[in-house]
Amino acid sequence: MNSVLKISDLHVSVGETPILNGVNMEIRQGEVHALMGPNGSGKSTLAYALAGHPNYTVTEGRIEIDGVNVTEMEADERARLGMFLAFQYPVVIPGVKVADFLRHAVSNVRNPERKEGEGLIGMREFRKEIRERMTALDMDHEFARRYLNDGFSGGEKKRMEILQLAMLQPRFAILDETDSGLDSDAVRVVSEGLAKLAGPQMGVLIITHHERLLEFNPPQFTHVMLGGRIVEIGDAALAHDLHANGYATVRARHPDAEAENAKVEAAAV
Amino acid sequence: MSTDAPVKPDVKKSDVEFGSYKYGFHDSMDNYAFKSRKGLDPQIVRQISEMKGEPEWMTNFRLDSLAIFESRPMPNWGGDMSDLDFQDIFYYMKAANEQETSWDDVPEDIRRTYDRLGIPEAEKKYLSGVKAQYDSEVVYGSLQEDLSKQGVIFTDTDSALRDYPDLFREYFATIIPPGDNKFAALNSAVWSGGSFIYIPKGVKIEFPLQAYFRINSQNMGQFERTLIIVDEGASVHYVEGCTAPTYSSNSLHSAVVEIVVKRGARCRYTTIQNWSSNVYNLVTKRAMAYGDSLMEWIDGNLGSKLTMKYPAIWLMEPGARGETLSIAFAGPGQHQDAGAKMVHCAPNTSSRIISKSISRGGGRSSYRGLVKIHKDAKNCRSNVVCDALILDPASRSDTYPYIEVEEQDVAIEHEASVSKIGEEQLFYLMSRGLTEAEASAMIVTGFIEPLVKELPMEYAVEMNRLIELQMEGSVG
Ligand SMILES: Nc1ncnc2c1ncn2[C@@H]1O[C@H](COP(=O)(O)OP(=O)(O)OP(=O)(O)O)[C@@H](O)[C@H]1O
Ligand SMILES: [Mg+2]
Repeated sequence: MNSVLKISDLHVSVGETPILNGVNMEIRQGEVHALMGPNGSGKSTLAYALAGHPNYTVTEGRIEIDGVNVTEMEADERARLGMFLAFQYPVVIPGVKVADFLRHAVSNVRNPERKEGEGLIGMREFRKEIRERMTALDMDHEFARRYLNDGFSGGEKKRMEILQLAMLQPRFAILDETDSGLDSDAVRVVSEGLAKLAGPQMGVLIITHHERLLEFNPPQFTHVMLGGRIVEIGDAALAHDLHANGYATVRARHPDAEAENAKVEAAAV
Repeated sequence: MSTDAPVKPDVKKSDVEFGSYKYGFHDSMDNYAFKSRKGLDPQIVRQISEMKGEPEWMTNFRLDSLAIFESRPMPNWGGDMSDLDFQDIFYYMKAANEQETSWDDVPEDIRRTYDRLGIPEAEKKYLSGVKAQYDSEVVYGSLQEDLSKQGVIFTDTDSALRDYPDLFREYFATIIPPGDNKFAALNSAVWSGGSFIYIPKGVKIEFPLQAYFRINSQNMGQFERTLIIVDEGASVHYVEGCTAPTYSSNSLHSAVVEIVVKRGARCRYTTIQNWSSNVYNLVTKRAMAYGDSLMEWIDGNLGSKLTMKYPAIWLMEPGARGETLSIAFAGPGQHQDAGAKMVHCAPNTSSRIISKSISRGGGRSSYRGLVKIHKDAKNCRSNVVCDALILDPASRSDTYPYIEVEEQDVAIEHEASVSKIGEEQLFYLMSRGLTEAEASAMIVTGFIEPLVKELPMEYAVEMNRLIELQMEGSVG
């Protein structure tokens, strides 16, 4: 059976400020979706809300995985159900080694019934796997011993996100501008890497302002967000068109959403 | 959380009852070889000295110290000691008649305690020698034979007074005289047990010497007295561990540790203290470091109701170096008032203090430190870094750094930071499938990692395990 991530009429606020105003989307395992939209339109907000960030409050609507309502679940429960977010801005965790962290994460996600304090996955098999994954992503094995994202360059952080994705093999992966801040070689490595990882077992939502990632991972669906709503849906051609021509025509076609976008943007300043 | 009901040590239940403190069990020992009555007065002090068959000078030293203790006011800084009643404490309790050199000969109840604490096993694996103190007296002692052949002395302090009277008297109470502070005076009056170590010139000991201090009885006061002399060019790593049962009434631990590190010698003193939360832990530790020597305090302070402890290093001659690394963890109902003192008495000396504290569940941690540079101690350097991590809004952290400089030509750096556990860090880790508790434990472990990695493997593992235990049940 193909799993489905279903987002219905999702309204999300940060504090008192409403950011998302009724988002609908359905992602199946094996599909690639692109999410585009101007700065401040709410793309990252959707990503955080899906992953379960406690500061992003769902005020209306719901998020379901295979009919199970996950809207109220903590981030870790969602992760164990197969949700993954590659962060636009990965967080630095000083003193925590990549390998220690990932071994723990992998143990929890692969064995969702695991209780705190129970054994972790075998050291040897884990080490072998992480080495292979790092090689495939053209990463120095030394990274496994470094503190998580501490002192990493922008590009190294993004690669680390993809390594985590590779190790956790989620059913639904949201990539928030994973291709920003990468040099062109790195974009290729990451794009190819994702294409290999995705396959029929993964539903992917790619948030991007660039085209390379989508070239390697052509989307069946392109969603355009404006003012906290999905205002247009198309296929790969739509993504291509937006890259080439910008959002002016979209804004013109959706003056209400455009007004909303301007309002939220103004409030943020 | 705490209870007076006796729990048999072999009953696993105690681990559950006492929550995250795994050493809260106590032996239902009734067969003490000797037990003083409660309270403190000259008669009790005389009785302790008599029991031990001490020379007259020591009896007088004790009585003089008692007078100093009584004449001094309680400190009006540090922590709250208002419910510490000095008359409600047993000052001397002797569990076994003999100190044994084989675990098989240690009385069964007591041996079981150390088995549960994993001491005999550790001894087999990675220690050069062990002392186990149970309430007031050392009940077990060992030292590798080749070390004793080289002239290394590792004995309890009472035996040292008997067996090495000259060496003992040359150093005893010279580093920390009874008049140093109220609690040093108290210890001087009623001291019992502790380690006495002498490392001869040039002897370098590879594996640590370990002492294990266990309070077992209720309302017990433990007053061990440790004296370590590292002769020229020698080196030693001494480790102490401490635990106690969880009781609803107060226990008192007030130790004095004196160390002499001679020219070119090295001494590392590691404490992994994990007292139950009814223990007042008021300890005075000081080392004198001579030319080109290195003294290091590594101080892990977990548990206790109140800890006041500021290991000091006096840098006496050029080239001496001092380092203190300290970790304090203050949980619910706990106050860790800990820090370090560095006193530069000679030119070209250097010191470093790194302190990390964690407060959670309403716990309070304070860093209290002093760097003092005497006149003419030119070209000294001192570097102080203290970081505090606060896990929830109910918890608290304070910093009291004191710097006294009487000399211009010095370099002193001081950095302090306080951080709250980051929401973004928690979310990031949780989005990878770690529970909130696992994520916070991981952040805390990462926070102290720069210190823990200085510890030998076995102790690093122990330290991380203790922190994890402290973090258990910290959320939800
Ligand atoms: N934690 C927050 N606190 C305050 N405002 C926020 C927060 N998160 C998002 N917002 C606001 O919500 C709006 C949408 O932000 P979001 O980050 O979702 O945009 P985006 O589409 O990802 O933009 P970009 O393309 O620049 O990454 C912005 O106006 C932003 O300032
Ligand atoms: Mg964004």
